[in-house]
Amino acid sequence: MNLPLPLQFVNLLAAALLLIAFALLSQRRIVGLITLFAWQGLALTLSTTLVALYTRQPHLLTSAALTLLLKVIVLPWIFFRLVRRLDMERDVEPVINIPTTMLIGIVLVIFAFNLAQPISALAGTVTRSTLGIAMAVVLISFLTMITRRQAIAQVIGFLAMENGLFFAATSATYGMPLVVELGIALDVLVGVFVLVIFFFQIRETFESLDLRHLERLKER
Amino acid sequence: MESGIALQLGQTLLAVLAAPLLLGWVNACRAWLANRRAPSLLLPYRNLRRLFHKDVVLAPHASALFRVAPYVIFAAMVLAAGIVPTLINDLPFSPAADAIALVGLFAVARVFQALAAMDVGTSFGTLGARREMLVAFLAEPALLMVFFTGSLIAKSTALPTIVEVFAHQQFAIYPSLAFAAVAFWMVSTAENARIPVDNPTTHLELTMIHEAMILEYSGRHLALIEWAVALKLFTYSTLGIALFLPWGIAPVGDWMGLPLVLVALTLKLLAGGFALALLETLNAKLRLFRVPEFLGTAFLLAVLGMLVHFLLERP
Amino acid sequence: MTLALVLLLPLFGGLVLAVVGHRRIAPAINVLFTLATFLAALALSYSVALEGPFTTAHDWFFIDPFNVFLVALTAFVGFTTAVFSRPYMRIEEAHGRVTAARLRMYHASYQIFLGMMLVALTTNNMGILWVAMEGATLATVLLVSLYRTPASLEAAWKYFILCGVGIAQALFGTILLYFAAERVLGEGGTALSWTHLDGVKTQLEPVVLQLAFIFLLVGYGTKVGLVPLHSWLPDAHAEGPTPVSAVLSGLLLNVALYAIVRCKVLVDGALNTHLAGNLMMGFGVASVVLAAFLLRRQTDVKRMFAYSSIEHMGLITFAFGMGGVTASFAGLLHMTMHSLTKSAIFYAVGHATQKAGTQVMADIGGLIRSNPTIGWGLLLGTVAILGVPPFGVFASEFLIITTAMHDHPWATPFLITALGVAFAAIFGRVQPMVFGEARLPRLPHQPALLPVFLHLALVLVLGLFIPGFLADWYRQAARLLGG
Repeated sequence: MNLPLPLQFVNLLAAALLLIAFALLSQRRIVGLITLFAWQGLALTLSTTLVALYTRQPHLLTSAALTLLLKVIVLPWIFFRLVRRLDMERDVEPVINIPTTMLIGIVLVIFAFNLAQPISALAGTVTRSTLGIAMAVVLISFLTMITRRQAIAQVIGFLAMENGLFFAATSATYGMPLVVELGIALDVLVGVFVLVIFFFQIRETFESLDLRHLERLKER
Repeated sequence: MESGIALQLGQTLLAVLAAPLLLGWVNACRAWLANRRAPSLLLPYRNLRRLFHKDVVLAPHASALFRVAPYVIFAAMVLAAGIVPTLINDLPFSPAADAIALVGLFAVARVFQALAAMDVGTSFGTLGARREMLVAFLAEPALLMVFFTGSLIAKSTALPTIVEVFAHQQFAIYPSLAFAAVAFWMVSTAENARIPVDNPTTHLELTMIHEAMILEYSGRHLALIEWAVALKLFTYSTLGIALFLPWGIAPVGDWMGLPLVLVALTLKLLAGGFALALLETLNAKLRLFRVPEFLGTAFLLAVLGMLVHFLLERP
Repeated sequence: MTLALVLLLPLFGGLVLAVVGHRRIAPAINVLFTLATFLAALALSYSVALEGPFTTAHDWFFIDPFNVFLVALTAFVGFTTAVFSRPYMRIEEAHGRVTAARLRMYHASYQIFLGMMLVALTTNNMGILWVAMEGATLATVLLVSLYRTPASLEAAWKYFILCGVGIAQALFGTILLYFAAERVLGEGGTALSWTHLDGVKTQLEPVVLQLAFIFLLVGYGTKVGLVPLHSWLPDAHAEGPTPVSAVLSGLLLNVALYAIVRCKVLVDGALNTHLAGNLMMGFGVASVVLAAFLLRRQTDVKRMFAYSSIEHMGLITFAFGMGGVTASFAGLLHMTMHSLTKSAIFYAVGHATQKAGTQVMADIGGLIRSNPTIGWGLLLGTVAILGVPPFGVFASEFLIITTAMHDHPWATPFLITALGVAFAAIFGRVQPMVFGEARLPRLPHQPALLPVFLHLALVLVLGLFIPGFLADWYRQAARLLGG
């Protein structure tokens, strides 16, 4: 390995992101999910900051600060408050058992690594090898979403997917233009607000956030 | 050549003698972390001495296997301790020191242990044997994957080569090794019957895995088995150190460097023992049907480490 | 200047209604803002017709015949739906299905939704397009669950999650697009400008663009309601209030398809294969066929017409997928016709279901006798959407099918069968609703049916005769898209 030290750290943080994505996949407790999501945001912030400092791109620092504010502080805080206020069930069983889920996760990782190869070869950034990890995180978060039946778990999976997409943007192109990133952050924030209101509505009607109640509109 | 053999015997002897001390240190750390007064560090030695002085009580229908098993297990562990590069690398036994051979040695010990447990025909013995096999069936592939990750980086499965490459190259962060390290910790807790897989101090038979297999043993047989358990822990610790913290190993012939290597090893073992005790204190024992999940996770982490190696570390 | 008005009026309206949306005067304010937006949109189209396409505000916005036509259509249907919504929501409030506080949210979200769609249509930056599409979705999630029934909550949740996942795919596609663009155009906001991308599209990396288009098609296609990503659509239309169904069907689907078509233009320039067109055709035909067959099993009138929307959007996607000037012309024409007709149907259906208190078709009957205006409106609307001449839908469907027979004959049996099945199914269900035994009392109030007949009249007129400036408009837009 002959990369300079900051980039080795970026690789390590990328591996940590993948590890946290798998941990999200196997985590049962809701509070654990939120904590892991916060850690993922932190790893993302650190990695973006390192890339920003190493490649001297100030707009990435703004992105990193935005990520820190939104995904490490504000969103987890909102979710923790929500869990306490709504007094919801603390555990969520996945749809298929965890070892099978992890196996599917590994298959998805291999698929993502293969998919990212041609694009990585074309990229001009120093962090291009981490594009495969970003795509793997997206796919694993998607798997987390579809194997959970609880509303907050699905939302955390969705936000983790968005984390993966952000990481993909940073690793392939040193981040999107700042305006776009601000727009995306705004969308995420508004989305979470809409969701919170929505959770209260669901809770009011069903007395629980188990999504099995929301399955009556099947195709007739 | 002679100095090589002397060093080899010396290293093995050191491992055999120091293993109970490591066990004592881990128990002491656990006591401190639980805010209790620690027993003496030499307590395991006193236990062994007590057991050696006692008579063996054998069931009348116990076969020869039952009597021979403790010796086989102990011998396998001594051999394993001999080939893992602890202090010095590239000793005479090194050609045998292949990672896969090491896994095979552990397997031999385990098979004899399980057969001996079932030999006497008690229900707890069979229970322990079956549980042990469940754990082993999942832990062994995970351990192999961890070794493969290391060998992919070092381009060989021979332990001395792996250690050599790791110890003497410039400092670099290998994310694949980070995954492998986590997987290795998980596998070693399973293999050594530590929390969160098995509680070594439990006296409730229905929660036992390892302890259930040795319920029928007494006297010098039990002493040998207990010593083998301590030796296994010692071997795993030095294996982990050799793979993940290899700095400070000396090549053969470097007599001057030996004291420094000893000091480095002691420090690493102390730190490792404390870390083990800390993780044991922080985690609760898993329910038995969650153990396959735990080990499955270890296996998958090791596979992930390999995949990450292919992605990030091969140019 | 007019562009600023077009975009800022709805957003400002949203702010105003967020404050006073619960008052009795709120629906009138809603109507006023949409009227003002529509007039501004007309002014904008007039300036495009005179001066041709242009970019403003340092290339952040781009107006050409394609999107200005959609802007005008969006503003128009937004206006007429606001007119419809005024008495409709008042009755809903009187029936106790919504409270004044929820109406406040409803009015404010309505304006913001319109504003977001207009931003999506006029922006030059593909990233901002994404942001605005997501914004439009978020504005409507809480509208779908307005009635707070278990079914509406489920519909809103499905809508949120499915469209959210879809739009995340679209984000990845946008990132890939930026990646390809950056290598040619350099970093910064200009790399995502459609006009710049259009200029260099032949230099963009084909492998990356191929992958990007697939993600963009899947992502934005979820919002268009293409099969197999359509499952949120029938639920959202059936469970939300009728004005919301009307704007979702009539407007949001169009804007999402607009996004796909813009990407298709770029991809066609970069690759020299017909991959983009073929994918769109495939999804289009699948949507038409599956929707037609699922139509037959529906018992809820709004769900049935929602599947009809899926079918028509599939047809339009197929048309754009075929490419070429005629097919694009037909696609644009069909977009207009479908928007106007479907929203008209939803207005009539809305009043009918409001009267009957149910959405189940078997329980509604004899509308022609009890409420002639609603009955006729529903009948004419159904006839129009089924492609009966002389309504405009016939002209566009005919054009699409004949172009398909000429260029892609494999698709014509599927399309014709599906259209036939849909015709039989819908007509079979609507006929008893309109002509059957009269079971309902007369409405005590006057239904707001002016929008229905206005739309249907437009569709009829355009079916018979397309005025010169409109035909020019379509032709210019089709030329931009078809090559």
